[in-house]
Amino acid sequence: MIEVQNIYKTFFVTHEVQALSNVSHTVNQGEVVVVIGPSGSGKSTFLRCLNRLEFADSGHIYIDGVDILSPKTNINKIREEVGMVFQSFNLFPHKTVLENLTIAQTVVRNRSKSDATEKAMLLLKKVGIHDKAGTYPAQLSGGQQQRVAIARSLAMEPKILLFDEPTSALDPEMIGEVLDVMKAVAKEGMTMVVVTHEMGFAREVADEVLFMDHGMIIEKGTPEHFFTNPEEDRTKAFLSQIL
Amino acid sequence: MSGPYLRTPGKGRSYDIFWKSVFFLGLFATIAALGWATNQVDYVWRWERIPDYFYFEKDIDITASMDGSISSIKKSGENALIIVTGEDNQSEQYEIPFSDLQVYEGDSIFVGDTLGIEKKWTMGIILEGLIVTLKVSAISIFFGIGLGLLTGLARISANPALRMTAITYIELIRGSPLLVQIFIWYFVLGTLINSLLSKFDISQVPPLWFGIASLAIFAGAYVAEIVRAGIQSVNRGQMEAARSLGMSNFNAMRHIIIPQAFRRILPPLAGQFISMIKDSSLLGVIAIRELTKATREAVSVSLQPFELWFLCAILYLILTFTFSMFVQYLEKRMVQR
Repeated sequence: MIEVQNIYKTFFVTHEVQALSNVSHTVNQGEVVVVIGPSGSGKSTFLRCLNRLEFADSGHIYIDGVDILSPKTNINKIREEVGMVFQSFNLFPHKTVLENLTIAQTVVRNRSKSDATEKAMLLLKKVGIHDKAGTYPAQLSGGQQQRVAIARSLAMEPKILLFDEPTSALDPEMIGEVLDVMKAVAKEGMTMVVVTHEMGFAREVADEVLFMDHGMIIEKGTPEHFFTNPEEDRTKAFLSQIL
Repeated sequence: MSGPYLRTPGKGRSYDIFWKSVFFLGLFATIAALGWATNQVDYVWRWERIPDYFYFEKDIDITASMDGSISSIKKSGENALIIVTGEDNQSEQYEIPFSDLQVYEGDSIFVGDTLGIEKKWTMGIILEGLIVTLKVSAISIFFGIGLGLLTGLARISANPALRMTAITYIELIRGSPLLVQIFIWYFVLGTLINSLLSKFDISQVPPLWFGIASLAIFAGAYVAEIVRAGIQSVNRGQMEAARSLGMSNFNAMRHIIIPQAFRRILPPLAGQFISMIKDSSLLGVIAIRELTKATREAVSVSLQPFELWFLCAILYLILTFTFSMFVQYLEKRMVQR
């Protein structure tokens, strides 16, 4: 489903930063992959490369067999199938909750307004915010906003969903409601790549866990492997800090 | 739009009343000083004549267009029907208000003689000037917004040709005085365009349109920078979210970025157009009789400079104030959503 081969990414800010260095990984259909690691380890960059919000410098990324780094690829078509949920939600503040869910359906998928609304209401019910359909995002709590953002991605019926620290900007009491929605989505067989610090989620839902540091994948394995007997010293050090 | 302002504790109602009185005293003192000064130079204020510059009863001479004599004057209602008969029994008929008749039956008449005076309500020169100013401003604002929006988008485009064109246009326009640009539009481009048009037997472009072009293009450059700043002020995440839903760059701009930017650019945009309404006063130099030019002409005829220039300033104030109220109303309506 997702095949990443030897990608590199360098940023030039004030000095050269090697954000990704020879990263390779394969995600199969229906798999939930959780990416963990200290801040600045390149895990968000890795995720953002998967829908080309960041353009990898070299290597190959295949989504459903299509090389997304090829200039011939229409990236908009790829992004229709690869949803993304952001740390800061990024809901459209000038549109109602309902319009947030329908806009891309009508503009990108060419669905009729009524079909889009029907789909949107169904999803809002699923994430438990159908009674707020007519309000604006600013009137919602952080947890509610993030649930709307997930519903917005799902409205496009993507094959893959990427989560970029979806709970990091939330108050602690709101993290649970968002994780519950994510678990429900995972249970329905969605292919997911999740960058998070929520180890409970990783343990419960992940099929595979990646540990990244300094732009490299240091260790990968099942949750049991990670939380019972990690091999690498850096993994051990990181886990001992956060667990 | 009262922002948060700090008030030093302990300064209450009497503090307010005192300093407000100081303000009004100052205001009245200024007006009184002006009145005193004009008295000293024996200036006679004639505010009562001012309405005539808006709308007045104009005397129109009705003159004979043939030689002959008045063969009959008949009364019909308020008017008199005058029949002038010429040598070869040709006759012409005129209708003139009875009270302003200047001829009698049997009078000999030559071409150009005044038969009577008709009074007609006509727009005064100041009102005409005001209408020209309004028209010029409205059309320039319309084109200024369009031009500014396109240039602003070109300014942040990835395409170097678009970007460099936008930068050249903006820097060229912002770097030279509007008065000079008006002269260039009228004396250089205007001459060129009209000469070309006459060469191909097409009708000429009147100066008004060169004036509008100079204002619209001047405003467009400033609007472009306002638009650019507005678009760049929208959070990066908005574009990322829109694009990650599969929207094209164009659709993301159209549905997500520009609507959000528009609310932010409305206040500086209004400021830009208010200064454009005021800048239209420069158009008098290329023979467009807008409000300022009209006032100048009225002053040179009437010798009432004090009243007329104050009137001119007040009319501009009314225009700009109305415009800014309208924009505030727009802003409120948008924020409510």
